[in-house]
Amino acid sequence: MRYEAPQDVEAAVRILAAEQGAYVLAGGTDLLVKLRSDMIEPEVVVDIKRIAGMKAITAEDGGWRIGAAVSGAEMGEHASLVADWPGVVEAAGLIGSTQVQGRATLAGNLCNASPAADSVPAMVAAGAVVRVVGPKGTRDVAVIDIPKSPGKTTLEAGEFIASVFLPARGTRSGDAYLRFIPRTEMDIAVVGCGISLSLDEEGRVTAARVALGAVGPKVILVEAAAAAIKRRVLDEATLSDLAEACSKAATPIDDKRGTVDFRRHVAGVLARRAAVIAEARAKGEKA
Amino acid sequence: MSRIHVTTTVNGDETEFLCDAEATLLDVLRDELGLTGTKEGCGTGDCGACSVTVDGRLVCSCLMLGAEAEGREITTIEGMAAGEVLHPLQQKFIEMAALQCGICTPGILVAAKSLLERNPDPSEEEVRYWLAGNLCRCTGYDKIIRAVMETAADLRRAS
Repeated sequence: MRYEAPQDVEAAVRILAAEQGAYVLAGGTDLLVKLRSDMIEPEVVVDIKRIAGMKAITAEDGGWRIGAAVSGAEMGEHASLVADWPGVVEAAGLIGSTQVQGRATLAGNLCNASPAADSVPAMVAAGAVVRVVGPKGTRDVAVIDIPKSPGKTTLEAGEFIASVFLPARGTRSGDAYLRFIPRTEMDIAVVGCGISLSLDEEGRVTAARVALGAVGPKVILVEAAAAAIKRRVLDEATLSDLAEACSKAATPIDDKRGTVDFRRHVAGVLARRAAVIAEARAKGEKA
Repeated sequence: MSRIHVTTTVNGDETEFLCDAEATLLDVLRDELGLTGTKEGCGTGDCGACSVTVDGRLVCSCLMLGAEAEGREITTIEGMAAGEVLHPLQQKFIEMAALQCGICTPGILVAAKSLLERNPDPSEEEVRYWLAGNLCRCTGYDKIIRAVMETAADLRRAS
């Protein structure tokens, strides 16, 4: 195996495109585990952290561009980013320990393509778009379109994600992410749910995106759930309809972490609770 | 295969080493630099025994390549005491018997020091969450948590 730390995107793309067994290294919290357990045998590992912008959080068009090597800890320390997208930051913050937070990244969590990735439903709910660079140039891709199946992405040979863009956070808007795990820390989601919504002055939902994780081979954007709460205040009836839509949309499997029935039920429960948090944030209340 | 030449700072001293591309920072610290205070527990980032700081940021040295250390500032458990004088956390761990077999202890000390540098007055809950990635199979954690809380209180009184 070789180790390369190119100084610019073009050089990184050249190396990645030239070799079949080339792997991108940002935080390395998944890559190093795979490397050491011989799940992968790279020809070359391309460390992208020496490329300008990869460690930067930059204001752009009212939103935020987050470099592919920005860690969860760095996001959590960025007060303006946390103020705009608390749900995304919290979701990223749930990944692993303090030590893992020092290295783990949004882009890496997405490219690892685990169906249970915590940050991915939050990014999908936020309408996040990633900037993909590759031999054919640059393209912007919605986060929902990156995972293909467990462990697989739609990225083509030589491509990598250079940054994640979180759009401008409108007024009276908020997001939240919740996951269920059987303990309080250091575990993999049995179900995860991200919600982003905007309210009008009467508290009715004007826009919403609801996404579920760990209940299908990839993240699910639940359009029926968004439709169920639109133009309504989030009262008990609305929240019940939201929960039902999410339970219905979930397509989980039975495994050691949870049964199909349990996961369907919990998908609804988490959606309901996350919606209440997102609503409070949209109203400027502390949540 | 040629080895990679890396120049870095370890515990304040400029340090050079050669490593294979596959070698983790943990491998380098222990096998090239002889800094065996940093332990390997799981090797997968779950147990925290290999905790060090890189540019002031707490990380698992098993989840980082040695080659990535180029130009960085690494701090390990060996950099914690000032010569023969133990760091207050080390002293308190001894006084309060916050360790038994000792394998997790260097990682926990490095992690706890990192916490107190950021938050001199953490709640018990904050200490427990911060150290959730440091596994100890002997103590049941209570003595560790109490030692960190006591040290924090001592340091606040002293400042």
